[in-house]
Amino acid sequence: MALKFPIYLDNHATTPCDPRVVDAMLPYLTEIFGNAGSRNHAYGWKAQEAIERAREQVAALIGADPKEIVFTSGATESDNLALLGVAKFYADKGRHIITSQIEHKAILDTAHHLEKEGFEFTYLPVDKEGRIDPQQVADAIRPDTILCSIMWANNEIGTVQDITAIGAICRSKGVIFHTDAVQGLGRIPFDVNSMNVDLASISAHKIYGPKGIGALYVRRARPRIRLEPMFHGGGQERGLRSGTQPVQQIVALGKAAELAKDALTNGEIEKTRALRDRLWAGLQANLDELYLNGSWEHRLPNNLNVSFAYCEGEAIMMAIKNLAVSSGSACTSSSLEPSYVLRAMGVDVELAHTSIRFGIGRFTTEEEIDYAVVLLTEKIRWLREMSPLYEMVKEGVDLKSVQWVAH
Amino acid sequence: MAYDNKLIDHYENPRNVGSMDKNAADVGTGVVGAPACGDVMKLQLKISDEGIIEDARFKTFGCGSAIASSSLVTEMVKGRTIGEAMKIQNSHIAEELKLPPVKIHCSVLAEDALKAAINDYLKKKQAAAEAAAPATVAE
Repeated sequence: MALKFPIYLDNHATTPCDPRVVDAMLPYLTEIFGNAGSRNHAYGWKAQEAIERAREQVAALIGADPKEIVFTSGATESDNLALLGVAKFYADKGRHIITSQIEHKAILDTAHHLEKEGFEFTYLPVDKEGRIDPQQVADAIRPDTILCSIMWANNEIGTVQDITAIGAICRSKGVIFHTDAVQGLGRIPFDVNSMNVDLASISAHKIYGPKGIGALYVRRARPRIRLEPMFHGGGQERGLRSGTQPVQQIVALGKAAELAKDALTNGEIEKTRALRDRLWAGLQANLDELYLNGSWEHRLPNNLNVSFAYCEGEAIMMAIKNLAVSSGSACTSSSLEPSYVLRAMGVDVELAHTSIRFGIGRFTTEEEIDYAVVLLTEKIRWLREMSPLYEMVKEGVDLKSVQWVAH
Repeated sequence: MAYDNKLIDHYENPRNVGSMDKNAADVGTGVVGAPACGDVMKLQLKISDEGIIEDARFKTFGCGSAIASSSLVTEMVKGRTIGEAMKIQNSHIAEELKLPPVKIHCSVLAEDALKAAINDYLKKKQAAAEAAAPATVAE
């Protein structure tokens, strides 16, 4: 089959809708268009039924009860609802919250907002693989700690945290535990009960569903988690998220969740992992001075994050424009600062500028990976030929000993 | 980011990539920037006794705009006198490549590299002149 360019290897940013998801949602835009709040006619009943079926599908993916699923506009809203909702409801109990330095901006920025409202945050550091030792959580818990929010799998480096152990510590200390589960769903198994999770953020567009829909898992028993809602109105979603439910979006998330659950057992994950391993092996066979960012052992099967020393990230992306990837380089961000995740892990800022993130997906093929290896090999060699740093290193110069004239 | 065609052309087909002998008397070398900042430019100029820039070579670690800025500067200086080259400003490079505001520093770096290379050459020349005429002192 002819390759279609650019080849999409950025599945941590978003994924295409699975055609089966599109097929499932389309009738709810035209024929079955009712408002689920209309309790007196068939249009409303059918919409309501569809929403409840989707709730079951999402619950099944994470081992929850359907009543524990609250539909939102996406993971950013879910993260906001978890943090703001707990903070406001439990403020009388305490005002201390634990999180980590490598969380998604939806957590970190919400945390900064809550700090202005008088809440106190502990931002746990991570080790050089991007991992948090559960003992760090235990040590950070104080009598006034109400919530701990630690992401399950990181969106840049794919590092997977020991959520089960962290959840157990929080449970034993009576601290509510939230996890941003967005990147791991459909890639590794997740179960809210065995993993001691009280709140979990879910996004449809990371699991081959559409943008604009997500969910928050809210534990109902042992312990029952209460939240102060952010949106007020018609009282939909158990009063936690007012607003007419977007039926077609919810149906799509439900179907995407069903497919994500299948992916864990139908061979998709093994295929994804094999393609990721093929990419890494191919690059290592052809190029020297490659540095893996993050843990190899505790890593999402679809993630590869590599620093291509002596080649700046944005220049790499311009050179490999037939591949859609992303970079932790400063030049690709508006802030001109390299990735805060890589810096929190202690990656040298020089190497952070040279990092590229690859996200393999459900529709990635072996041909595409082989093409990526050939293109990257050629272009990294080309950029290194042009790099004064590579030349200096080959001449035996220790770059750390050079007095640079920073500007 | 959407870049101007001229910038993309200089990035994809960079002019005058390479190195010269940095110890040669007629070569001036400028190395500016730092790996930690994400860009390092090395610019080398071969300058005749009459002060004409006969050749220019660069190597750059940096984004596409940094590479294109260095490539452009090598084209701009070839055949010029030192005096003319010293008048080249970063704004000339930025305008020519239509650099977006966040990339203006790439053109500043190219101007700095140019001036550093010329100064290196002038310093070498002065040192050579002093070494050639030491006898007039003392006695």
